[in-house]
Amino acid sequence: MRDFYGVMLDSPLMLGTAQYPSPSVMQQAFAASGASVATVSLRRESGQGQAFGQMVRDLGIHILPNTAGCHNAREAITTAQMAREVFETNWIKLEVIGHADTLQPDPFGLLDAAETLSADGFDVFPYTTEDQVLAQRLIDAGCRVLMPWGAPIGSGMGLNNRYGLRTLRAAFPDIPMVIDAGLGLPSHAADALEMGFDAVLLNSAVTQAGDPVAMARAFGLAVQAGTLATQADPMGVRDMGAPSTPLIGKAWL
Amino acid sequence: MHDITIIGAGVAGLFAAYDLSLRGLTLRILDRNGPPAAHGCSWWAGGMLAPYCEGVTADPLITRLGAESADAWAQVTQVTRRGTLVIALDRDRAELLRFARRAGPHDPLDASALTALEPDLATHRQGLFFPSEAHLNPRRALADLVAALQARDIHIEQATAEPDDITGPVIDARGMASPLPDLRGVRGEMAVLHAPDITLSRPVRLLHPRHPLYIVPRGNGIFMLGATQIESGARHPITARAMLELLSAAYALDTRFAESRVLETGADLRPAFPDNIPRVTVRGRVLRLNGLFRHGYLMAPALARQAADYLTHQTRGELIHED
Repeated sequence: MRDFYGVMLDSPLMLGTAQYPSPSVMQQAFAASGASVATVSLRRESGQGQAFGQMVRDLGIHILPNTAGCHNAREAITTAQMAREVFETNWIKLEVIGHADTLQPDPFGLLDAAETLSADGFDVFPYTTEDQVLAQRLIDAGCRVLMPWGAPIGSGMGLNNRYGLRTLRAAFPDIPMVIDAGLGLPSHAADALEMGFDAVLLNSAVTQAGDPVAMARAFGLAVQAGTLATQADPMGVRDMGAPSTPLIGKAWL
Repeated sequence: MHDITIIGAGVAGLFAAYDLSLRGLTLRILDRNGPPAAHGCSWWAGGMLAPYCEGVTADPLITRLGAESADAWAQVTQVTRRGTLVIALDRDRAELLRFARRAGPHDPLDASALTALEPDLATHRQGLFFPSEAHLNPRRALADLVAALQARDIHIEQATAEPDDITGPVIDARGMASPLPDLRGVRGEMAVLHAPDITLSRPVRLLHPRHPLYIVPRGNGIFMLGATQIESGARHPITARAMLELLSAAYALDTRFAESRVLETGADLRPAFPDNIPRVTVRGRVLRLNGLFRHGYLMAPALARQAADYLTHQTRGELIHED
């Protein structure tokens, strides 16, 4: 199992903390999911009181602050520095949004910010596409984890470009990778783990479900299934049908 | 000597006062800022009495207890019972389908039914109608509550007080100023527009994956736009981002909002408990009414009723939490 900047995770599930009907539902969803990492957006959760930040800390699992909503490197770097102060962690999920509708990353701003933050001692988790060239550049910039998208944030479409993701996984066998964004169903999460990804990160799939706590549990079970399946060395795909019962000697009835 | 002292003259404290006064109890109301005005979050509310729309994300208890609010308010102030309209832009149709699946009793509307209800929304092609919902004007409702209490010779005294300073039963309805450990502030921002060309006769909710909006007509071409919901205890004025989001959504609803005049903007904190359900926290002779979150006007009558039932008959309703 690959580690995330020296940390081995108990569960390959990372869960966001935004958009729950209430903090109580959030706490129940985390408990039901068994998630090992909570992502939290700093941008809007700043301010006096910090009551919500404390609730996230009280979940008692790893906190991965993010730079959600940042549209250029400078904004993202400032947000990352604030996050380090507030949550006392070098971990940062680096989001530099390039397009307001699709929320796809701006690869150039992302690389800029990743270089600066890595040099500044951050453990950068870059939200990126499945682009292999960009992945190499991010690794060159100091990133030791990649977070390729499955589909646009909040779209719930699952793994949109399976070929691209498979190629990316194969190209960098030593780099831990998290499928971030676009998952809608537990089967998408199992799918990602079966493809060899190390973890999944999701938020809307749980919070936008009619019963977020039940859906969180379903995702927790799905990542267990995906992990077990991967460890069990799946049979792979064959072109020919292969009967599971020998034909020779079969009784004619 | 009074039977009960109420600290805090916001929507929770005033409705509790009103309910208790109807039961024949004598009261004293104290507020460090005097009568309701811009210093309290009740001032900035939308005034939607929408238990079924709220039920899409809120606990079922909010829907059940909130359903009594329109009748309760109608005894004090003008309640407009014209329902709620929910619409989404064409590309966000999925939001509308999801909302419809999870919401309480409503009628789906096609373009002609929508236009018949709100002719100014003719550019939109489908929506949902919640006929049993209602709305009120919060500032008028507060003034009407104050007037109803004055008619019973109950006046709001401008004074700072702590429950410990007072003998006898106390209702602490000070919102964020109450020392309740689980209470947090959830920031909300709103704007008031004057758009004399636009006519809407009921609250309209525009669903959007990122920036949901509601518009509450206040009459005479005045519209209240709300509201952001941010997990933050910061009380600074509305941010440019929030303004952009609110105004863009209004513009998407009706492009004529671009020409409207921004009369007012506001920002304040909604006191909320972790489950976002209001509570009467009872400790000895002190009842703390708090945590109305985004349901101040929807839940104040039920919260007041349960507090009054507890004081008069020791009834333990769902909102009563004995410390």
